[in-house]
Amino acid sequence: MSNVDYKVLVGLENHVQLYTRTKMFCGCELAFGAEPNSRVCPVCLGMPGSLPVMNKQAVEFSILAGLALNCQIPSFTKWDRKGYYYPDLPKNYQISQYDLPLALNGYIEIPEKDGTFKKIRIRRAHLEEDAGKNLHTAGNFSQVDLNRAGTPLLEIVTEPDMNTAAEVRALAEELQRIVRYLGVSEADMQKGHMRFEPNINLIITRAGQQFKTPIVEVKNLNSFRALENSIDYEIGRQLDRFLETGETMEMGNKSTRGWDDAKEATVLQREKEEAHDYRYFPDPDLVPVRVNEQWLNEIKSRLCELPSKKRLRYIKEYGLSDYDAGVLTSDRSVADFFEDAVKAGGEPKRVCNLLTQAGLKLANARGCNIAELGPKPADIAKLAQMTQKGEISATAANTILEEMVKTGKTPQELAEQLNLIQKSDAGELETIVDEVLKNNQQAVADFKEGGKKSGKAKGFLLGQVMQKTKGTANPKIASEILDKKLSQ
Amino acid sequence: MELTSVKQLRDKIAARQTSSVEATKAVFARIAKIEPTIGAFISTFEEQAIARAAEIDKRIAGGEKLGQLAGVPVAVKDNMCTTFGTTTCASKILANFHAPYNATVVEKLLAADAVIIGKTNLDEFAMGSSTENSGLKQTVNPWDTKRVPGGSSGGSTAAVAAGLCYAALGSDTGGSIRQPASLCGVVGLKPTYGRVSRYGLVAYGSSLDQIGPVTQTVEDCAMMLNVIAGHDTADSTSVDEKIAPVVDYLAKLDEPVKRLKIGIASGFNAGADEQVRKAIDEAIQTYKKLGATIVEIDMPHLDYAIAAYYMVATAEASSNLARYDGVHYGHRTQNPNDYIEVYTKSRAEGFGKEVKRRIMLGTYALSSGYYDAYYLKALKVRNLIRGDFVRAFEKCDCIMMPVAPTTAFKIGEKVDDPLKMYLSDIYTIAANLAGIPGISIPCGFDDKQLPIGLQILSPAFSEENLLRIARMYEKQTDWHKKRPTI
Amino acid sequence: MDKKIDKSQVKKVAKLARLELSDAEIEEFAGQLNAIIDYVERMNKLNTEGVEPMAHCLPVSNVFRDDIIKESLGTEKTLANAPQSDGPFFKVPKILEEE
Ligand SMILES: [Mg+2]
Ligand SMILES: [Zn+2]
Repeated sequence: MSNVDYKVLVGLENHVQLYTRTKMFCGCELAFGAEPNSRVCPVCLGMPGSLPVMNKQAVEFSILAGLALNCQIPSFTKWDRKGYYYPDLPKNYQISQYDLPLALNGYIEIPEKDGTFKKIRIRRAHLEEDAGKNLHTAGNFSQVDLNRAGTPLLEIVTEPDMNTAAEVRALAEELQRIVRYLGVSEADMQKGHMRFEPNINLIITRAGQQFKTPIVEVKNLNSFRALENSIDYEIGRQLDRFLETGETMEMGNKSTRGWDDAKEATVLQREKEEAHDYRYFPDPDLVPVRVNEQWLNEIKSRLCELPSKKRLRYIKEYGLSDYDAGVLTSDRSVADFFEDAVKAGGEPKRVCNLLTQAGLKLANARGCNIAELGPKPADIAKLAQMTQKGEISATAANTILEEMVKTGKTPQELAEQLNLIQKSDAGELETIVDEVLKNNQQAVADFKEGGKKSGKAKGFLLGQVMQKTKGTANPKIASEILDKKLSQ
Repeated sequence: MELTSVKQLRDKIAARQTSSVEATKAVFARIAKIEPTIGAFISTFEEQAIARAAEIDKRIAGGEKLGQLAGVPVAVKDNMCTTFGTTTCASKILANFHAPYNATVVEKLLAADAVIIGKTNLDEFAMGSSTENSGLKQTVNPWDTKRVPGGSSGGSTAAVAAGLCYAALGSDTGGSIRQPASLCGVVGLKPTYGRVSRYGLVAYGSSLDQIGPVTQTVEDCAMMLNVIAGHDTADSTSVDEKIAPVVDYLAKLDEPVKRLKIGIASGFNAGADEQVRKAIDEAIQTYKKLGATIVEIDMPHLDYAIAAYYMVATAEASSNLARYDGVHYGHRTQNPNDYIEVYTKSRAEGFGKEVKRRIMLGTYALSSGYYDAYYLKALKVRNLIRGDFVRAFEKCDCIMMPVAPTTAFKIGEKVDDPLKMYLSDIYTIAANLAGIPGISIPCGFDDKQLPIGLQILSPAFSEENLLRIARMYEKQTDWHKKRPTI
Repeated sequence: MDKKIDKSQVKKVAKLARLELSDAEIEEFAGQLNAIIDYVERMNKLNTEGVEPMAHCLPVSNVFRDDIIKESLGTEKTLANAPQSDGPFFKVPKILEEE
């Protein structure tokens, strides 16, 4: 068999649930886990005579996201009906946008290992209403819950610019960070706030000839893991299939598959031949959306620095490690808190350590975000300064932070109360050192002997001093005194 | 028996010369006698109506200031949602449907202290011109019970003509208020698209549907419009009053329009039968005597109105009616083999022929490969037709023409030839495509003593003028006073 | 005049519209829809180049609602008209996943 070489092409459709209080076209509350069919009204139930009215917040969120994804925002967009019959779709059409989406021609930059960025083009982003849920767990019939019906979804479609499953995952994760940063979506995977549909095919070169495999769309993936694994699986499957059958892309041999989590495999989904005749047409119940300069600028003013840019800045500006920068920037509230603490005079690296080593754990444990934890950025700054001045040790600082959360007291109060203030008083330390030397003649002898033994002995003696002071001796000063005494 | 007008009754009740209970009971007495012959109502609410009338009488006795329709028995077409009774659209698929909300117009009638006595028959989902397409019952024309009342609001117009209520609401997608008003000899107004909220009106052709009054007189029509007109935040297509203010349509009603210019489309009456043409010509003569001048207008695209309409209306209908699938409400077939059959069989059993025909037509017009040739083309033609009116109204205040080419035809006469039935909408359809208001007022009778209607069209949101123009004629004639003897 | 709509066409459209039609209805509709479409094609006599399709006769845009919660019907009223329900759910015959 002649040696084959191949290139993977993946485009991604992302459905992102917007973080509005109410549904897209009615006032029903978006409540995850509410009693089935309890958040339904004549509009989202598709009752005869009911009419939709646009949720302004959802439209503005979509435009904001579009701007953050470097898209053009057309001055005119409209609504269309997409017709298909399914029990979770009460009107048997979905209100969506067909030929005039809210956002066009943008890109997302995904970070690469070498710290550079790769541009993934975005074809379009349009707003639409979600369907309800069909449940098939009840035995020989299905159940329908319409609480989700009418939820605003932003569908973001990329060009086939990704070449590995890892890249696709990176894009999805970057998108999650972006929409969370903007506050336009909670992007909570557990709650199905993000759903992915990758379009995958290969360009295979065999004996200098190029072949394209048929495009496969994998439907409704709701975890990063499933996204990545399904693509890896498809790459292998399409390659094998090509080698077996030599089938290549032609009109109409695009197929849809589902991801079987148990089998860790994609499975073909049969579709009716008329399934793709959606009979789109402009929804006569809704009027167009016109976006003028003033409105657009007003929305632009809500943009913020995006996570990947922030991460780079933290590395450059604050000298943080790529890892630490990543942790701090993955959540906007953490990043804001960090920068406030730095502004308040905290040394960045030490503030970073306080947050990453103690703060975030405490917040997680309490299921709140860092800002809700209690201590203000200024307190963290103060704590950082105390460690820097050597008044307390780094470990002590973490302990103090924990106590601050419990008691709400200031760093200074707690440092004294828990006597974690490091002893720097030479006189006091000298007597302790003398005592240690007196009780450890052997170590002193080893030291004097010199050579490799002396280093060990010094460390041992210093350890004894720290022990006697229960770790509160300022190690720098203690070792100076030790050196002085030993050289006498 | 002849009913007094809405205005007269309201004033009498207010002055306590009569009571709402008295009027309501009289109406139900008449319904008991005549309704079995006419078949105008799908449902009536006697007990509830009389109870409400009594409560209104009590409030009047208590010196309370009540709404514009205080105590007046009215009816609404059964394609407007009410929390009381059923909302059937005269379709088997909704025969037992109980709406969980009131249409905005129903709320407005109740707020005006009207007494809603029942819900009237219609062509199923308002699809038809004779009310013969009702899936639930037959309504006949009070002037000749062998003939149709017109449609689709035939129940409302027959009820008003037969004195079974003082006024009613209808809906007009391609003439469904004006044509039956003409065939029943009553006044029917289709307001400008967006003037009256569609919230709670079960959609047929969403970009064409509009609710309007069916009354005995132009004055009552103005009163009813006062009650139902206005912006509604629940209907994105109802027009903001900053753009098009709602006025008191009664205030200037009796002021004739000075130097009235009437537009007549050249040779446009050609399609109408000779007795209808004659009545229209005489009506126009009457306006001339009142000082109006006639302006010839050119409407080059009107000949394409029916073609465009039946593409736009059915395309929208095919989508609007997709929701009737037996899953969440409405008729579901017995023991389906799978969930697909819940759709295909429930719809097959629930919908009548005309509805199926229009769903098929509209689905075809939207299906891939045909969209551009039929639906999109129709939208462009629609724009050309709108342009015809814009240009015409630069030269005239209103346009006059027949409402229907014939008077009421015999039941069963056209049912087997849908196209022939569609073609009878020739005069009314253009107003819906252009979104402009149109009114039908009685202007005579043919030799069979069947009423003829004059149609007057005017620019968007000029209802005040339109009603004044209609009123000018009504004052000169007493066609509107003639009532059928049943 | 060639037949625009034959019986197979009618069947395809009926499938799209989720309408079960009897053979008699298919026959009948094929004829009637043809007659209507033939009539409709008179539109082709009009040159509509550069004419904007008019989906709406209103010059209205940007009609929004604020993102404020309104009371829903609640499960009981939501299911009140349901032909079949199962606890708080609408009940339908088993939906086969591939469909
Ligand atoms: Mg989508
Ligand atoms: Zn709702």
